[in-house]
Amino acid sequence: MNIRLNRRGFIQGGLAASAAATVSLAGTTQAATFEGYPDSMGVLVDLSRCVGCRSCEAACNQEQHLPAPEKPFNDFSVFDEMLHGQKRRTDETRYTVVNRYEIPGREHPLYRKIQCNHCQEPACLTSCFVNAYTKTPEGAVIYNPDVCVGCRTCMVACPFYIPTFRYSSAFHPRIMKCVFCYDTRLTKGRPPACVESCPQEALTFGRRTDLLDMARQRIRENPGAYENHIYGEHEAGGTAWMYISPAPFAQVGFDTTVPKEPILNYVKDFLSIVPMVLTIWPALFAGFHLLAKRKETREQQTKNEGEV
Amino acid sequence: MKCNPKSVIVTAVLMLAWVLSPERPSLAVDEFNALEIVTIDSLADLYQPVKFQHKWHTKMARCKDCHHHTTGQQDMEPNCFRCHAQSRETSRVACKDCHSKKQFYPEQVTARDNPNLYHIDKPGLKGAYHLNCIPCHIKKNAPSHCEGCHALTEKGKQFFQVQSKEKNKAAAPKESHAH
Repeated sequence: MNIRLNRRGFIQGGLAASAAATVSLAGTTQAATFEGYPDSMGVLVDLSRCVGCRSCEAACNQEQHLPAPEKPFNDFSVFDEMLHGQKRRTDETRYTVVNRYEIPGREHPLYRKIQCNHCQEPACLTSCFVNAYTKTPEGAVIYNPDVCVGCRTCMVACPFYIPTFRYSSAFHPRIMKCVFCYDTRLTKGRPPACVESCPQEALTFGRRTDLLDMARQRIRENPGAYENHIYGEHEAGGTAWMYISPAPFAQVGFDTTVPKEPILNYVKDFLSIVPMVLTIWPALFAGFHLLAKRKETREQQTKNEGEV
Repeated sequence: MKCNPKSVIVTAVLMLAWVLSPERPSLAVDEFNALEIVTIDSLADLYQPVKFQHKWHTKMARCKDCHHHTTGQQDMEPNCFRCHAQSRETSRVACKDCHSKKQFYPEQVTARDNPNLYHIDKPGLKGAYHLNCIPCHIKKNAPSHCEGCHALTEKGKQFFQVQSKEKNKAAAPKESHAH
């Protein structure tokens, strides 16, 4: 079928289409505020209870079949380790790490466990353009190495600096991070390995809504024993792993500047116009190009005819 | 067997009187007849059982510090007192009678659906032991590291990868040379 399209019609149509796309996409971004899956699970970390025994690190290593550590898990000299002026952090050999913090005015140090916080609206997931990440209804943020292209954008996107890259393997590079023991435990109704190994119940596993109740009860029933804040209730739009602490969170290594809304919100408006730019613009400008060319060819034709 | 209805009634009345009597003999033990040693082995796996010097600890702590209201001591936390002021000693006073060995499994998670449940944050058995022992040990400068109370089993040594120290010692000279 041969449809003759004049220039005015094409431009009008193209502009109308792009305007419509912009408006409709902007509309959906307003409505998409995700409050988290109902009955999703989480962990409440009570810093007042942790004694730095490193059982959670050992349990994680065993459960996730990670390589043997440099020092055994009952060696506490690791708390003095510093790398580039920073305390130990997660890497390709460890999904979780406990660090010690000396707090001025406190007789005993505090210990803080770090691992993936399993955000309600994960920045890693948002940033991944091949959808390697999934937030499961159980609450875990899991990762699919089969589709990952190794761009490491998720490492930049994570506000908690958790995903790490397996640099040691040139042929099987992949992101290494805590997956909440998703396939081995979470889907089977079992608590994560670190939680089950904790002697002090510094880690409490349960439905996120129940954990918030428990955290508030602990804060309320032990006046002065905790900071009146649950880190992770709102940080980065809410996380499955949450913390209560007897000392100000900044003194125990927490980033208190993490925004209280999902990282996604900062890029939603921009990202929503990307499909429009990628689909409509090529057609539109290709059209302009063809129209301009058509005029040229017609001129050329008339010129040729004149010569003849 | 013949059963005299009169004697049945008398027995029932006597039993009821005994149950309601405020001066009935104590069911639970007090610090003077406390068990000498309690072997805590129900969770022993990565660590060996603990031979807990039970009677010796009654010199440091009151019964209620560990047994809450179950030994009948009335001096309690104001928060517990609200409900347990009239609580009597119970026949079962072991930690595991109230604190479950399994913790955070679906049955414990869904137990919180009961709107009448007050103790929404009751530790499991392992948590109950450690949360009771360690803070006091830290305060009194008693051993508060893991192996201060219970030695690692072979399985525990594997779990903590104790052998990796020796392995690394063997590899250490090479590494230090490289640096």
